[in-house]
Amino acid sequence: MAEKISNKSVLLNPFSKNNPVIVQVLGICSVLAVTAKLEPAIVMGLSVIAVLAFSNVIISLIRSTIPTNIRIIVQLVVVAGLVVIVDQLLKAYAYDVSKQLSVFIGLIITNCILMGRLEAFAMGNKPWPSFLDGIGNGIGYTIILVITGFFREFLGSGTLLGYQVVPQWCYDHGYANNGLMILPPMALIVVAVVIWVHRSSHKELQED
Amino acid sequence: MKPLRKFLDRVKPHFEPGGKLQAFRSVFDGMETFLYTPRSTSRSGVHIHDSIDSKRTMIIVVMALLPCFIFGMYNTGYQHWLAAGEQSMPFWSLMLYGFLAVIPRVVVCYLVGLGIEFIVAQWRKEEIQEGFLVTGILIPMICPIETPVWMLAVATAFSVIFAKEVFGGTGYNIFNIALITRAFLFFAYPAQMSGDKAFVATGTAMGYGPVATDGFTCATPLGQLATAGGAEIQLTGIDGHVISTWDAFLGLIPGSFGETSTLMILIGAAVLLISGIASWRVMLSVFAGGLFMGWIANTAASPTYPASYLQPVDQLLLGGFAFAAVFMATDPVTGARTNVGKWIYGFLIGVVAVLIRVYNNGYPEGAMLAVLLMNAFAPLIDYCVVQSNVRRRMRRLNAKIS
Repeated sequence: MAEKISNKSVLLNPFSKNNPVIVQVLGICSVLAVTAKLEPAIVMGLSVIAVLAFSNVIISLIRSTIPTNIRIIVQLVVVAGLVVIVDQLLKAYAYDVSKQLSVFIGLIITNCILMGRLEAFAMGNKPWPSFLDGIGNGIGYTIILVITGFFREFLGSGTLLGYQVVPQWCYDHGYANNGLMILPPMALIVVAVVIWVHRSSHKELQED
Repeated sequence: MKPLRKFLDRVKPHFEPGGKLQAFRSVFDGMETFLYTPRSTSRSGVHIHDSIDSKRTMIIVVMALLPCFIFGMYNTGYQHWLAAGEQSMPFWSLMLYGFLAVIPRVVVCYLVGLGIEFIVAQWRKEEIQEGFLVTGILIPMICPIETPVWMLAVATAFSVIFAKEVFGGTGYNIFNIALITRAFLFFAYPAQMSGDKAFVATGTAMGYGPVATDGFTCATPLGQLATAGGAEIQLTGIDGHVISTWDAFLGLIPGSFGETSTLMILIGAAVLLISGIASWRVMLSVFAGGLFMGWIANTAASPTYPASYLQPVDQLLLGGFAFAAVFMATDPVTGARTNVGKWIYGFLIGVVAVLIRVYNNGYPEGAMLAVLLMNAFAPLIDYCVVQSNVRRRMRRLNAKIS
């Protein structure tokens, strides 16, 4: 990071202008996997925020002592430790959701957003900006997860957070849930639409 | 016709740039060129004009579809009367019932599809393309007659936006629009699109016709096959009579609206081939591929896959295979372009269609998925054909030089 960036923009940029999912196109696999329902999407988002923020801080604290040759391994160990903590916490306090998320909490380790932020930001910045960067990117990721999860659960199951939203009389008149929304391909299309809408309102992001 | 021309000429200035209604220029253009041949001529150079343009191509395809469509109306009525258990079957009542049952579906498909095309053309300030002319009639023909109308509307909107306009409109789509619609319906609303109830109309059509007996169900021949067990296959129609190869050829069997009658599809194929619009290479090779794979499946028949007991010829006659071969695989936009490529493309469609049908009991019919899959591979096939040609000629050139 050559130029100086204010703490505020470190926190706020990843929300929209530099969103990790729809602008940097990182972490797509977990977006496809956990957004069939809204609740696991939110829990997944919160877990990523926590892991990302604290791993950013830890790596930033020890950044000058990490030998360059083995920095990836050190980063992985830190992330893995935090992921195990989050996983255990979920199993203790939100067992059902952790069942639904199954391996995807564990797979946060391989989430490209984490390695990307650690390499690109935490290795070269002080702990406090690194923490904000982690929070910001985590929230940017969570925003996309929640939007995708909202549409997929609403159209695919007729519920939101498990509560019936589409009234019964709609079903009585022939409405049916869209089964394709539950399948992963539709998550890709929903994310694509989010990117479409986002790009059309941010002209500077449009490629030729 | 004179007054119409005069009317168009009178309102035209409003749609020119600077006119009151210039925002709707592409709508006007679309209407005018739909009714009349464009008057504009090229200004420079020498041009050879062929009298066949994309509008005429589309209209010929629609005409080739008409026999299937009319037969579909009759068959819908026929199956419905059988389901209601009626004895007398007046021809015109059957036709009227089928007509009333299908016409809302056709209208909705055209309204939704053309509506989106018009809006997008306005928005992009382009001319309106006529690609939807064929798609709009194909969609109701490849769907079960009992598909709820709103589902057709949703699926049509989805495929026109995401399979066509996103890629750049008519002529740029990678996948066949009508088949994307069908695939969307199939995966999004499996309960309404497959199984025992979708393929025979049970209620009245706009209040016309008898009502089927309560709890009536009848699976299509391929649906029966998928759930059959053991080596004994007995395909039956609604009234319990055994479906012979001849029945399957004529098409008085339950199935999607327009694709039951192989005879009518062959008439359509003849129209397409005589007018030179569809490629005979693709059609022939799809049937060859189906026969080949059907033969392999039949020689290695096993009770685990009941559909493998079908004779290879029956594989071609049942379900949507023939319709896909004649009207879907030959789509010039999504298919292979090179002649060798067309043979490979068609043959693989036939093979994959029967492969899915026989060895995946979850999908009783594989023609739709086979065509979509090969759509994705068509550019690759073309690339390989062109490259191998380039290499061959390079070798010949090198041999000449040395």
